[in-house]
Amino acid sequence: MITETQAPQVTGPDFGITPSQTIGPFFAYALTPRAYGGPELATEQVAGDGVEGERIRIEGHVYDGDGVAVSDAMIEIWQADAQGRFNTSGNAGFSGFGRAEATAEGAFYFETIRPGALPGPGGGLQAPHLSVSVFARGLLVQLATRIYFEGDPGNADDPVLALVPAERRDTLIAKRDGAGIFRFVIRLQGEGETVFFAA
Amino acid sequence: MSLIYPRDSLKAHPLNASPAYGSTQKRAPSKPLILLPHTLSETTGPVFGHVGVAAGDSDLTRQHDGEPLGERIIVSGRVLDEDGRPVPHTLVEIWQANAGGRYVHVRDQHPAPLDPNFTGAGRALTDAEGRYRFVTIKPGAYPWRNHHNAWRPAHIHFSLFGPSFLSRVITQMYFPGDPLFKYDPIFQSVTDENARERLVSRFDLGTTEPEWALGYQFDIVLRGRNATPLEEPHDH
Ligand SMILES: [Fe+2]
Repeated sequence: MITETQAPQVTGPDFGITPSQTIGPFFAYALTPRAYGGPELATEQVAGDGVEGERIRIEGHVYDGDGVAVSDAMIEIWQADAQGRFNTSGNAGFSGFGRAEATAEGAFYFETIRPGALPGPGGGLQAPHLSVSVFARGLLVQLATRIYFEGDPGNADDPVLALVPAERRDTLIAKRDGAGIFRFVIRLQGEGETVFFAA
Repeated sequence: MSLIYPRDSLKAHPLNASPAYGSTQKRAPSKPLILLPHTLSETTGPVFGHVGVAAGDSDLTRQHDGEPLGERIIVSGRVLDEDGRPVPHTLVEIWQANAGGRYVHVRDQHPAPLDPNFTGAGRALTDAEGRYRFVTIKPGAYPWRNHHNAWRPAHIHFSLFGPSFLSRVITQMYFPGDPLFKYDPIFQSVTDENARERLVSRFDLGTTEPEWALGYQFDIVLRGRNATPLEEPHDH
């Protein structure tokens, strides 16, 4: 039974967004509960077998400022389909959304299709990319980054890559590592630090 | 309705560089964040309005054969956008420690007993008015190794998506008047006092059910505002 309560105050200094807090170290049995036998909202499988597009596997690691594996991270991705369209209606074959728990070695992967180019700001095109959120103990707010693809001709004109200092762009580009496999390393801090965005 | 996401609102969030919370020291980025334009990749997001939630998922006291130990509580509230409009049919995931302050997670080493009748994970969808409701057990405070004699105030972890990548948030809900607030660097990482108070639920007699469970209200405000300004103040 839901009871009537007072309407929220929607103006004034008390109203505003709810602040973020860390995911902490103990989220897995709720958010990525495979090892606990719990129901998984989303997994590393972003595109089912029948989905049109070039099948790829993203393999990655997350490291801290000392180069130590981050073993308690959750990585989420959001992406367009091969035609550059987002699925916002929950189609069974292609969700566009993936969620993975890093292993003890800080490793994660996603099995999906390579997204297409998609509309960008000002009528231009964005190169194919995945949007990434990194959650972990020690992160009070998730970190936002993007995965682009090595060798994609669109990268040179991508409006977001253009905002990144040239010497750091490489941190956003997954490297080909065998047929259909792309490697992406997330360095939270220090040498080779991944570019993170204020969204 | 198309939403815009003013960046000014982000000031409510803690900084990742909050060294009193020790785990941030090797994990917070050292370089400035780069401003990301709000493209389709950011203004869209996964929708879970029809999948993934079973009817019993929102009652954490009914997930096992017996009843869990501890103080039964009701936690409900609304999910709103920055105009105070309800966010309907959106997914809310929660997880928490049991009444003794122990998580089911395999790496939780706190020497408090596990409760065979309590897992501490739940899911709900908001209704057409943005309301959600969980029945659970009041979680216990628990120690951690951040500093000498460090204890987390009792809290429930919340994870929400809202309409887009930009509205995605993971947070923690606290209970009113907790004496541990002033010693907790995670709670205190939110430096704006008004914003910090928004993490604290409110005891509500109207939500409380006689002879059964105390009720707490916790409204969650996600990023996002109507792109076209309102002609009249929003009324409920
Ligand atoms: Fe916790």
